[in-house]
Amino acid sequence: MKALTLVQAVNDALLVEMRLNPNIIVYGEDVGVEGGVFRATTGLQKEFGDKRCFDSPLAESALAGTAVGMSVLGLKPVIEMQFSGFAWPAFNQIISHVARFRNRTRGAMTTDMVIRMPYGGGIRALEHHSESMEAIWAHIPGIKVVIPSNPYDAKGLLIAAMRHADPVIFMEPKRLYRSIKQEVPDDAYTIEIGKAKIVTAGSDLTLLSYGAQMKEAVEATFQLKTRGISVELIDLRTISPIDKKTIIASVKKTGRFLVVHEGPQSYGIGGELVSTVTENCFTDLFAPPARMSSPDITPPLPRGERLYLISTDMIVNKIMELINYRP
Amino acid sequence: MFESYDPRQGKRLQIMDETGNINVSIKDVPLMSDSEILIAYQFILKARVADEWSVSLNRQGRLPTYPPGKGQEANSVGSLMAMHKEDWFVPAFRELGGMLYRGIPLSKVYQIWLGNERGSHFEIEKYHTFPISVPIASQCLHAVGAAYANQYLKNNRITICFVGDGGTSEGDFLEALNFAGAWNVPVIFYIQNNQWAISVPRKIQTRSTTLAEKAFAFGFSGIQVDGNDVLSVFAATKMAHEKAQNNQGPTLIEGYTYRLGAHTTADDPTIYRKQEEVDQWINKDPLLRLEKYLQKKNLIDGLAINRLKDEYKKEIMQEFEIAEQTPPHTVEEIFAWQFKQLPEDLKEQMSNLNIRLKGSVG
Ligand SMILES: Cc1ncc(C[n+]2csc(CCOP(=O)(O)OP(=O)(O)O)c2C)c(N)n1
Ligand SMILES: [Mg+2]
Repeated sequence: MKALTLVQAVNDALLVEMRLNPNIIVYGEDVGVEGGVFRATTGLQKEFGDKRCFDSPLAESALAGTAVGMSVLGLKPVIEMQFSGFAWPAFNQIISHVARFRNRTRGAMTTDMVIRMPYGGGIRALEHHSESMEAIWAHIPGIKVVIPSNPYDAKGLLIAAMRHADPVIFMEPKRLYRSIKQEVPDDAYTIEIGKAKIVTAGSDLTLLSYGAQMKEAVEATFQLKTRGISVELIDLRTISPIDKKTIIASVKKTGRFLVVHEGPQSYGIGGELVSTVTENCFTDLFAPPARMSSPDITPPLPRGERLYLISTDMIVNKIMELINYRP
Repeated sequence: MFESYDPRQGKRLQIMDETGNINVSIKDVPLMSDSEILIAYQFILKARVADEWSVSLNRQGRLPTYPPGKGQEANSVGSLMAMHKEDWFVPAFRELGGMLYRGIPLSKVYQIWLGNERGSHFEIEKYHTFPISVPIASQCLHAVGAAYANQYLKNNRITICFVGDGGTSEGDFLEALNFAGAWNVPVIFYIQNNQWAISVPRKIQTRSTTLAEKAFAFGFSGIQVDGNDVLSVFAATKMAHEKAQNNQGPTLIEGYTYRLGAHTTADDPTIYRKQEEVDQWINKDPLLRLEKYLQKKNLIDGLAINRLKDEYKKEIMQEFEIAEQTPPHTVEEIFAWQFKQLPEDLKEQMSNLNIRLKGSVG
């Protein structure tokens, strides 16, 4: 065991898994000598050489497109998009090929790979460095989307992603990269993709979140406890496919539901989960299932970002509203 | 060897001309033997018969959309003949001759054009062939990744990738050339410059005089060949193959050719090109010059040609019927290949779809 930050846990996952699997190839912009702009790939080139961890030319479509070829031939590419806001040149390769090869070839060829990308706001960055567009990726059939919220999960989920038989988009909450340390086992371990986690058991309301937003969700849960309100907190962990079972069982127990996430509201993760709850828990509900997300606007630059991100207070207030709801 | 055929100096490799005469002054390139020329002729003929048959199947309403390759067959046949069986083949979608040479059953190809994913089930160890790629030029990057993998796995396999003249304007084509050069991987890019991208002529795509010259910007050589001369196609590919095997990196080949048919069976070329232009190219047909050559050499005669045509037609019809008669998809099949293991959520959607299709609730 050692205490690691989230970005160190990502690095550790790559390190231990590359030792076990010689077919893992890590490449992207600045990932080699520098070890990535966030240092997620630090030390990999030194240990594994520049055939297994290297700086590629600067072109995101080419990162994903070459990874298609490598994975079909049996390698396991783990590519880094430097920021999720710069992954869009790769969109065509991902939606048209990465997500489709298994189906297109009826299983003759697979494009199992991991596409890592830091996402989310709150780090006072330039334009294009703060978005949470996971819903766009989650909308694509044929790929899985995973978002960890803490160092322990980051390592276990990333190793699971590298062992997964299908392509995984692994989004890393950069706001949390260095904000917390957690004890993480030294060896390789996995956390099942597709399974949400009940972080705190509770009886009055189900609060669901994931990634960077979990920080405020945990704080809200704690604050409400001191007010005598028992929140069941769920960390979604895998955005696609959704672990409906865990969510439905929880809401059937609590009768109230709130999902909180960064990123635009319309056609988002919140809307999807509210539908799931409405369809499956309609008669168990004491209050309308609710979502709280950012508005449908371009993410403001840092001077305006506090207006866009969701605070602990906002979550607490919304939960009180749902608890006090009378039809 | 590529230096003597620098496209920037207006050179284009042609070994056999339109009359079936071989330019004997060309000695610095690998030449096909007569028995190889006969094999090439047979595959080009077979692709031609299949192509014409496919267009007529479309007219009968038995085949939805089909992209004819008539006139271009020497490009994929000649280049694949210069490759080894274990080398990787990354097609665009107008390489029927090359696919037949690879041994991919025509019934599979017809399944693809009939709209059935089962046709693209190309067993890796059997064919070393990627599925056809519909998003133009996106496959060029797959080829570079495959070439990286081959280099990493040290298996000495070369990758050949096809793209059209229109495809050379796509970012993915240019990124692929750049990555291939930067990584110095064993890959050959083959442009089938058939002069048209649907209705858009080659000159609208780029101000470059040739497409082959683009290679030099990425640090490797390019060559333009007469794509209707299977000997030139073979020679250039063979040289590129040798170069790749010696770890000397990628090559770009531009096959200068012509699409005699429509873009697809849904296209009407009379809107955008003149019959005189087509007529000029009919004289340059790759099949005709091979027939002239083989007849001159007494390697084939009119009777044998007709016999081959009949034989191919019979085989092609049989293969088409196999494809046509494949049982229809089930709900289970259209879900089964989304992931290795069907997630719970998809299982639920599958059973809901089954219920919906049966028109009953519960
Ligand atoms: C990315 C993309 N854009 C547009 C199309 C529609 N489209 C299909 S074929 C074609 C022309 C391709 O021309 P070229 O690359 O010269 O190949 P050819 O059809 O002549 O073999 C177009 C525009 C497509 N399939 N993919
Ligand atoms: Mg063309």
